[in-house]
Amino acid sequence: MTERVFPSPVRPVQIILEPGRTEKTYWRDLWRYRELFQVLAWRDVAVRYKQTIIGVIWAVLRPVLTMLIFTIIFARLAKLPSEGSAPYPLMVLAGMLPWTFFSTALSDASNSLIGSAGLISKIYFPRLIIPTATIVVAFVDLAISFGILGFMMIWYQFLPSWRILLLPFFVSLAFLASLGPGLWVTALNVKYRDFRYVIPFALQLGLYISPVGFSSSIVPAKWRLLYALNPMVGVIDGFRWCILGGNAHIYWTALGISLTATAFSLWVGIRQFRKMEKTFADLI
Amino acid sequence: MSKSEMVISVENVSKRYLVGHILARRDGHDTLRDAIVRNARNFTRKAIDVVHGRQIVEGDAVEDFWALKDVSFEIDCGDVLGIVGPNGAGKSTLLKILSRITEPTKGRVTIRGRVASLLEVGTGFHPELSGRENVFLNGAILGMTRAEIRTHFDEIVAFAGVERFLDTPVKRYSTGMQVRLAFAVAAHLRSEILIVDEILAVGDGEFQKKCLGKMGDVARSGRTVLLVSHNLGSLRALCSRGILLSEGRLITAGGINDVLKAYSTKNQLSSRIYPEDSVVRRVAVYQVMDKIILEMEYAELRGKLTIPGFSFVIHETDGRPILGHNPMLERRNLDTPWPNEGVVRAIVLSPQLLDGVYTVSVFLGDPYTTIFRDPNCLTFSISGAADSIYQLPPEQVGSVYPECRYEFASLEAKDDVVDIASN
Repeated sequence: MTERVFPSPVRPVQIILEPGRTEKTYWRDLWRYRELFQVLAWRDVAVRYKQTIIGVIWAVLRPVLTMLIFTIIFARLAKLPSEGSAPYPLMVLAGMLPWTFFSTALSDASNSLIGSAGLISKIYFPRLIIPTATIVVAFVDLAISFGILGFMMIWYQFLPSWRILLLPFFVSLAFLASLGPGLWVTALNVKYRDFRYVIPFALQLGLYISPVGFSSSIVPAKWRLLYALNPMVGVIDGFRWCILGGNAHIYWTALGISLTATAFSLWVGIRQFRKMEKTFADLI
Repeated sequence: MSKSEMVISVENVSKRYLVGHILARRDGHDTLRDAIVRNARNFTRKAIDVVHGRQIVEGDAVEDFWALKDVSFEIDCGDVLGIVGPNGAGKSTLLKILSRITEPTKGRVTIRGRVASLLEVGTGFHPELSGRENVFLNGAILGMTRAEIRTHFDEIVAFAGVERFLDTPVKRYSTGMQVRLAFAVAAHLRSEILIVDEILAVGDGEFQKKCLGKMGDVARSGRTVLLVSHNLGSLRALCSRGILLSEGRLITAGGINDVLKAYSTKNQLSSRIYPEDSVVRRVAVYQVMDKIILEMEYAELRGKLTIPGFSFVIHETDGRPILGHNPMLERRNLDTPWPNEGVVRAIVLSPQLLDGVYTVSVFLGDPYTTIFRDPNCLTFSISGAADSIYQLPPEQVGSVYPECRYEFASLEAKDDVVDIASN
């Protein structure tokens, strides 16, 4: 049975394709393709946990092991102090949750475009969806880690304060902090493949200059402003402040600087991505 | 939108790519000094390119390659446009530009309506996911909403014929099953404009029939379709209009039959050159619409033969002969004097060969002398010579497609003379 589809009564949208022309409909297109975003995010998660048992245990094991290592190295050996009276492992875990999320999100986003070379060369959709969808996997891991955190809190009989309700704000901040550099690197990586090597190195460095294994209070005052340019400083301090309650101290100026740094990196990332988007299919 | 309103307009579109060449001498005489100078020069060039934000091109020399040159045409609502041309003409590049995957270097394209592109079968298929999951994944990638996919899910699975294996990971499917599933999803797209790039030539005969049937439905539903194919038979049956591209330029645009005629002029399938001292310089085989032409270029024939004859045999790839001809058998052309040098052609008027790969053996001589013979000298593939869209597999029915007519007779009249004269 042949159904007669056309002529359609609705006047369709007109699109003009010219070199160098940016479509005003891009952001509307992003909304129209939201289902594709969901499907790609679901695909990344489903494939990861297709190997069922192993995958889920990894998501639990990684933060637990890192927390143990950090506790042994920083607390026992280096004797770095914890925040107030909070148990050291909780302080480390509160710092590690956002850091693991950030590093997974950033690594996955940086490699996302190259990994989807097949899609990019054959189908049209706003390419911004690709790196953003890969970050969803990091969200799933984060959710599992929150479960571990809850368990640890019960173990230490540590009751969190009302500030824990502000956690979603800092989670969004972590997401935006990873999206900015992620977009920038993945766009550049399509053109110059060297950028693939920048991220693992940067993350290695970042692990030591971010307050994951230590508390921000040990940073001397004269370095504090420079130190706060690292967007994860604001995020991690915020996480600690929310989770550990009155035991953690938050430096509001440092948070302000981190926020500005995050906003700036996000703006640069989106701008660079959009500028290069038209050439992805030719270069990939 | 009324029937003849413009849906796609392409104005002076050109597309350039950068192509690198390596100039190093390959015969091993490349000196160390040459190698150092060349590498230093390349590095400087790449560094300058990076500073200017240009793409990095591997090679010693970079040149512009224009895949499309100043192409302009218009497509109206409801047209089914066939795009033909030899390989490398720019057809896929044009489709990529119309699908918004890449942008033109010059010119402008105006599109009115949603576009769905099928440039490859099974884009986005993930081997670890099951057939069911891949239907949703592939459908979403092609632009269908989850609701749409759910509505057509049973139709899609029935079309592909994979009900039993829906929950098995796609990596366990045979290639044929994967292709069928991918095409089944794509066949249920509901966009105003559909762009299809040579994906119809997949699967076995049964499936090809289904695909072409579905394409026919799409064409008749009033959608605008752009179709790239090498199968002239399908194009003739499905398309209303056509364009011919060659080396990046638009050669002709118009009704599909005119365009196919223009394309079919001397579509060379295969040729072979022989050394200077041989009488026969070149042998080639061409396909023009549904005819096959064998051509032999020769020189210095004077006096060598009493009654020259050019004969040939066409074989399957395993050597079995299918058809052959020798003018001497019919005592034709025996009195025509042959020029000392030139080209002789054998035009096979209705070979009716099914799509496939064949070889040809040629012979030049007379009943007493053989001047030249070369068995299986050319290998070529035929498409669209048999005037049929639906082709049975040659392994079962043979490579020649007979022209056949069917009729009924009553029991009383069955022994009457059969009328074979009428068409």
